[in-house]
Amino acid sequence: MSPHDFSLHRGATSLKAARWPWFALFLGKRLLRLALVLLGVAVVAFALAKASPIDPVDAYLGPNIMRVSPEQRELIAERWGFREPAATQLAKWLTNLLHGDLGTSFIFNQPVTEVLYERVNASLALTGTAWLLSGLLGFALGALAGTYEGSLADRCIRAYAYVLASTPTFWVAIVLLIVFSVWLSWAPFCCAGPPGRLPQDIGLLDRLQHLALPLAALSLFGISQITLHTRAKMIEIMRSDYVMYAFAQGATRSDAALRHGIRNAALPAITIQFASLGELFGGSALAEQVFSYPGLGKATVDAGIRGDVPLLLAITLFTALLVSVGNTIADLLYHLVDPRMHPSGARP
Amino acid sequence: MSTDVSGVNLPLPVVGLPVRRRNRRAAKLWLAAISLVLLLAVVVGAPLLGDAGLRLDLAARTLAPSWQHLFGTDAVGRDMFCRTIKGLSLSLWVGLLASGASTIISLSLALAAVSLGRIADAAVGVLVDMFMGLPHLVLLVMICFALGGGTHAVIVAVALTHWPRLTRILRAEILQVLTSDYVAASRRFGRSAAFVAWRHLIPHVVPQLLVGFLLLFPHAILHEAGLTFLGFGIEPSKPAVGVLLAESMRYLTAGDWWLGVFPGVALVTIVLAFDGLADGVRALFSPHAAQD
Repeated sequence: MSPHDFSLHRGATSLKAARWPWFALFLGKRLLRLALVLLGVAVVAFALAKASPIDPVDAYLGPNIMRVSPEQRELIAERWGFREPAATQLAKWLTNLLHGDLGTSFIFNQPVTEVLYERVNASLALTGTAWLLSGLLGFALGALAGTYEGSLADRCIRAYAYVLASTPTFWVAIVLLIVFSVWLSWAPFCCAGPPGRLPQDIGLLDRLQHLALPLAALSLFGISQITLHTRAKMIEIMRSDYVMYAFAQGATRSDAALRHGIRNAALPAITIQFASLGELFGGSALAEQVFSYPGLGKATVDAGIRGDVPLLLAITLFTALLVSVGNTIADLLYHLVDPRMHPSGARP
Repeated sequence: MSTDVSGVNLPLPVVGLPVRRRNRRAAKLWLAAISLVLLLAVVVGAPLLGDAGLRLDLAARTLAPSWQHLFGTDAVGRDMFCRTIKGLSLSLWVGLLASGASTIISLSLALAAVSLGRIADAAVGVLVDMFMGLPHLVLLVMICFALGGGTHAVIVAVALTHWPRLTRILRAEILQVLTSDYVAASRRFGRSAAFVAWRHLIPHVVPQLLVGFLLLFPHAILHEAGLTFLGFGIEPSKPAVGVLLAESMRYLTAGDWWLGVFPGVALVTIVLAFDGLADGVRALFSPHAAQD
């Protein structure tokens, strides 16, 4: 047993008592900061939406604008509160937000909360699975490459990760479409189900079939960061004293990697995976656009293009929440799992 | 050091002295030089290509790639090679402007955070938190929405979203110099804060600044392409890679694969070339790489 493992065990038992006040303080601080960041994001997003040259009334009317008289337009603007000062509008919006009223999305003709709920569910199937798969795959490849540094496998994996880091996800998605949908006809061309069928009538098989390509685009090709990071960490571990000690006792490279390497490399990998939620959202928005997958990312794009301000603002806030929660979980994991990182010690 | 007695796959790890067979520094610098030539070729070559390839030519509609049209032609007979190169050069300019502006924002904020007192430091911290707390794409879409889209909107959006990480790095770096003896001495001599910043702090972070800029660049280009692809960025009338790829989506089912494949390959090549360049520059500047 290495000295490092020993410290892990001791940390788990003796520090439990001291953990809770520290933990509560940490969480309290985090919640306060989260509230501040969200408020800041809300104000900035509101200001950006106000600054837009796209007139919300025009955007709402669309082609019907020809059939509406200036008086009627004025009436709509007044009804929506556009004739009030911006500060009043902001205050009203924030108050409604706190009451759980996010307004109505005109492109979907539904309350924003409902749109958000539906889209998040659809995205969860795609993005959530991609997150999990890319994490596992990226970690496995990174650990393999790091354990056998300099080998052929390492060189291939590294080259793959480097090239992917420079490749836009949406282009990968287009190439996948060309190869698997157009040439091989293995996968459907778009959407989350066969065209013309109601969402509740789509069977599980159909759903999986439509999920396959976007999922592949996001998970097979979204692993470069975690792979490169895990590889670097693994190399560091394989050169450490405790692995040297294990070698001295006759352990092979794979023994050392499985017993010492993976455990110690897993933590930073998990942290990265949680901290990269924002990046993943960006990738999934582009993939959803390519595959016309009705998820949150596609809703963001539609809302932005067609000027659906309530929806756009709500999505902005929601993603800010998502990223902050991801970062907080990443920090928490670091502090909770690694006994060297806490408690009440050097780090907050 | 480069003797290869024991082979590459040692049973025991060699601590601190990796076995290497060739001079990696030289290889890196060669790669950087080739990348630089490639990038310059795109920037200089794009105007030289002329507008002949951009003209509509209904006789040459949707031709598959051939020697005459390396990347094929699109649905109205425009040469895709010409459009792609012009798009890449536009992307390079947008990336250059955006990441340059982003680097300047980072430096100014880092200097402000370090030298203007605790309140400024806290304010910069909150600003960094706020910008890092949103997915890049959402922020990019919001900024483009606020500016109404177009090339200038992309440049502003990318410039305003890519500074936080570099700001953190620069701030830490400058804080380190600030505690050094020569800065203390300079202050004791009665030099102003501005003089200290200009003569001592900024020269110290030039390598970080340059490397930071080079690392920002690929991100900037990829985000520009993504944003344009989604319809928020560069106007569809201009030949940008994002525009070409968005157009190609309409013809994929017709089997016109070259419309979607080649612009993407070209974009990836350019980004990789820039990575190679950045790697070479880092090897030149970093004292750790001197031994390679």
